[in-house]
Amino acid sequence: MEVLFAAALGVLTFCGVYLILRARTFPVVLGLTLLSHAVNLFLFGMGRLTLEAPPVIGESSHQADPLPQALVLTAIVIGFAMTAFVVVLALRAAVELRSDHVDGVDPDEDWRP
Amino acid sequence: MTLLLIVTLPLLGALLTWATARAGDLRFSAIVAALAPVVVLALVLSLLPAILAGEVIAAEWRWIDAIGLTIAFRMDGLAMLFALLIVGMGLLVMLYARYYFAGKHGGCRFYVLTLVFMASMLGIVTSGNLLFMLVFWEMTSLVSFLLIGFHSEQRPARRGARLTLVITGGGGLALMAGVILIGQAVGSYHLSDVLAAGDTLREHRQYPLILSLVLLGAMTKSAQFPFHLWLPHAMTAPTPVSVYLHSATMVKAGIFLLARLHPVLAETPLWLYSVSSVGMATLLTGAFVAMFKHDTKGLLAYSTVSHLGLITLLLGMGTRMGLIVGLFHLLNHALFKAPLFMMAGIVEQSTGTRDMRRINGMWHFMPYLGVLTGVAAASMAGLPLLNGFLSKKMFFAETMVSPFTGVLAWLTPSLAAVAGLLSVAYSARIFHNVFFNGAPRDLPIWPPKLPGVGILIPVTLLSAACIVVGIVPQYVVHTLLKLAAEAALGGELPQYNLGLLHRFNLPFLMSALALTGGLAMYVARRQLFAIYDRLPEVDAKENFEWLMLQAGTFAERLVHRLENGSVQRYIALVLLSALITMGTALAGMTEWRGAEVLTPLDPMTVFGTVLLMACALGVAVGHRNRFLALLLTGAAGLFVTLTFARFSAPDLALTQLSVEVMAVIIMMLALSFLPQTTPPESSVPRRVRDLSLAGLSGLGMAIVAYAVMTRPAQSISGFFLARSVPEGGGSNVVNVILVDFRGFDTLGEITVLGIAAVAVFALTRNLQLKDRVPQERGQYWASEPHPMILRMIARPILPVTLMVSAYIFLRGHNMPGGGFIAGLVTAVALSLQYMAGSLAWAHSCMLTPFRPLVGGGILLAALTGLGSLAAGAPFLTSWFGHYRLPGLGDVELATALLFDLGVFITVVGATLLILANMGKLMTLQGPGKEIG
Repeated sequence: MEVLFAAALGVLTFCGVYLILRARTFPVVLGLTLLSHAVNLFLFGMGRLTLEAPPVIGESSHQADPLPQALVLTAIVIGFAMTAFVVVLALRAAVELRSDHVDGVDPDEDWRP
Repeated sequence: MTLLLIVTLPLLGALLTWATARAGDLRFSAIVAALAPVVVLALVLSLLPAILAGEVIAAEWRWIDAIGLTIAFRMDGLAMLFALLIVGMGLLVMLYARYYFAGKHGGCRFYVLTLVFMASMLGIVTSGNLLFMLVFWEMTSLVSFLLIGFHSEQRPARRGARLTLVITGGGGLALMAGVILIGQAVGSYHLSDVLAAGDTLREHRQYPLILSLVLLGAMTKSAQFPFHLWLPHAMTAPTPVSVYLHSATMVKAGIFLLARLHPVLAETPLWLYSVSSVGMATLLTGAFVAMFKHDTKGLLAYSTVSHLGLITLLLGMGTRMGLIVGLFHLLNHALFKAPLFMMAGIVEQSTGTRDMRRINGMWHFMPYLGVLTGVAAASMAGLPLLNGFLSKKMFFAETMVSPFTGVLAWLTPSLAAVAGLLSVAYSARIFHNVFFNGAPRDLPIWPPKLPGVGILIPVTLLSAACIVVGIVPQYVVHTLLKLAAEAALGGELPQYNLGLLHRFNLPFLMSALALTGGLAMYVARRQLFAIYDRLPEVDAKENFEWLMLQAGTFAERLVHRLENGSVQRYIALVLLSALITMGTALAGMTEWRGAEVLTPLDPMTVFGTVLLMACALGVAVGHRNRFLALLLTGAAGLFVTLTFARFSAPDLALTQLSVEVMAVIIMMLALSFLPQTTPPESSVPRRVRDLSLAGLSGLGMAIVAYAVMTRPAQSISGFFLARSVPEGGGSNVVNVILVDFRGFDTLGEITVLGIAAVAVFALTRNLQLKDRVPQERGQYWASEPHPMILRMIARPILPVTLMVSAYIFLRGHNMPGGGFIAGLVTAVALSLQYMAGSLAWAHSCMLTPFRPLVGGGILLAALTGLGSLAAGAPFLTSWFGHYRLPGLGDVELATALLFDLGVFITVVGATLLILANMGKLMTLQGPGKEIG
């Protein structure tokens, strides 16, 4: 299972990073979402993969590591807030710069001979 | 206290002068400006008795303990000599400037800057802490920059100022490095500690480095070869500046430093050869070039360079007598060079030029100035009965008893004699060429008119001083010189007698030889000029400008390569650095697979994970079709939710599920304003670069995760698991961690959430999207705003969902659930109402605006935490108890629940604030007023 989990992490990271490097805002937002999934899963995985053992006392004989779960829970919520913020930034930029390019303008404009 | 006043009074004086400046009234400014130096002079003199008694006056205040920087002042004989020179010359220059600037603009600015400069020079000489001294050292460089660029509208002035700043500023950096090394070697920056640690330093491993760095600082400041180039270009400054900074004081700061650190750094072969060779090179170069300068100030600048070289040579020989003679010559140089510079300024004002090929025969127009110049020039040449003669003769005597051996033993005095000869020649030239040598040739101002008689007062005083010091040195300067030398050297001084210097002996013969030779050279000047003109010309400033330009272009290109304003490039660079860091850290790892037993696979999990990967890859491959990509992103999020659920994290699954819904809604809203497709625009190399970066990142992430997960876990979670029920009063450990053990973190996190929501509110406030975003109406968007079926279903759903969320909230402490999740579920339920009904309608149904909700939630959480303070427990300690309530049975009440309520309220408020404001953009005219 660990191999599978690591592979899924790798694929999520790969897709997230690739999209973050795109030139338009919307793919970048999607990439950020995928990358934050990857990071959340990574943190979660640091508590090791445990089956059938929620960290609730009395539910089962042993419990999964609750600490990474608590960390990831807040990370998910804050990640959502950040996504919303980035989306609004992208909208604002699209309106003010009349382009949804991440740089707004061509960065090499002044340097072309 | 007196010492502090000595340094700060000129600064206050500068402020006062600036504040009381009156246009066109230079006389008033001059008087105001002179107040501070007069008081400072009195203060310095008031310390003289104590210094005479052999005391060292010190004062110290704490500043930055961590780096050993204190506000420390220290006044001894050496500092006294320099302080008197600085303040005395300053006053004379101020008097001179009062006439020099008459009728011109900028006089007041000159006074202000001069006072600042005076303060920084006084700071250098009276600092008792080497780091503290550096502050003033840099200040002199900066003020010098401003004063050289005084006529900032002129190109040469700007370039000269820049050249100076680069050279002296660079030297300042070297000095700073040297001082820090000294501080590390000695263990203190305090001057008294440093001076006592001479042996430690000289035997220190880094002594050669320390010495080179300190020398670099001193040599650049004192215009030593090959750094002398800035001084001639500094002559674009107004003449009072040249007199004060570039002849009498600032250029002597390097000499001061050499004298100050003499007991610590000198008396080693390295010091002997490096300092004296630099001094000799400077002496000869300066003297040689000076002879051939047609510009009066240029000639004087090079002669200053040469004299500074002479003093450096004397200090470099490292003998005790050498230092005494050096200090004596330093004083004499100030006395005879200042009036010469002043003369150059006066002649320039009267004739409009500084070119000695045109200025001739001035004797006819200004005989009195001619007499004064004659005295000063004769002193510079080293004629008997004048101060220059004394120190120069002592210099010749010193070169003969130098510590050199072999060829150097006779080469040194010979070269010294040559330099003496050259100095006679250029001294003769500046006097004879200006005042005699035929008639003036097409002067810009004709007839030459002398400025006010008052301008001659400082010249007269200084020239008279040359004679007085020359005839009765033992009465005028002996005491001061002795004090300074004692302070610089420490211990007994060698025997010498300034009064007996006029005797005939070998050095006297050398002086006489230099005199005749120099005069002969001057007589043959026309032939020499012709030869000199044929020499290749090296323009330091042009070379410097070229170098600066190249450096600038190089830096610009480099910056553009790294930082061209492209977010894509930055992210790529950041990723690359992260990969390199991670790669290096992992390079030594041999075994990826740890010792733990792998969790067994089951078909459903494999299926789900494969689908997750497929969704993610689908997003990346199909990102040009944005709607599809968004749907796939949502699907990937759902599979992440399932992953959490599968691996024993019900809280995470619930959170992720509700967040996913909200996130997709928001992105969907945004997409309706943005173009529906992404144009293909990445070049192939760019795509290859991105793919490899992404591939490496993914690979790294997978490998690290795998390596960690297959190794035994060492977690601190046992602590939380054991104490959750007895101390936190809840059996859902994740929730207890959030609201109790790590409640402070959660408080911070809901604050971040609130800030993000308010930021969204602010960013959408004045945003009008409708007709400003170029777009084709997408075929994905339904034209009917609020479908009937949805509207009908949504209303009865609301109470049910609210009840569910209340249930989730209440059970959160013991079972999966809690404030975060309940808040998100409530927000989802309410946002459904927004979608089903119109924005305005849904909003009118809300009982409260959202922003107070966000703030109120955070406040409630914080107050709950503070409540525990009132009960005498640490911040955010929770309290709980079990009660039997009629009809409900056993009920647990915990303050953590109150805290969780705060979390709940914040999450609801923030989420709805974000959603409603983004939704507002959808409406055709905008809702007209703010939402939330």
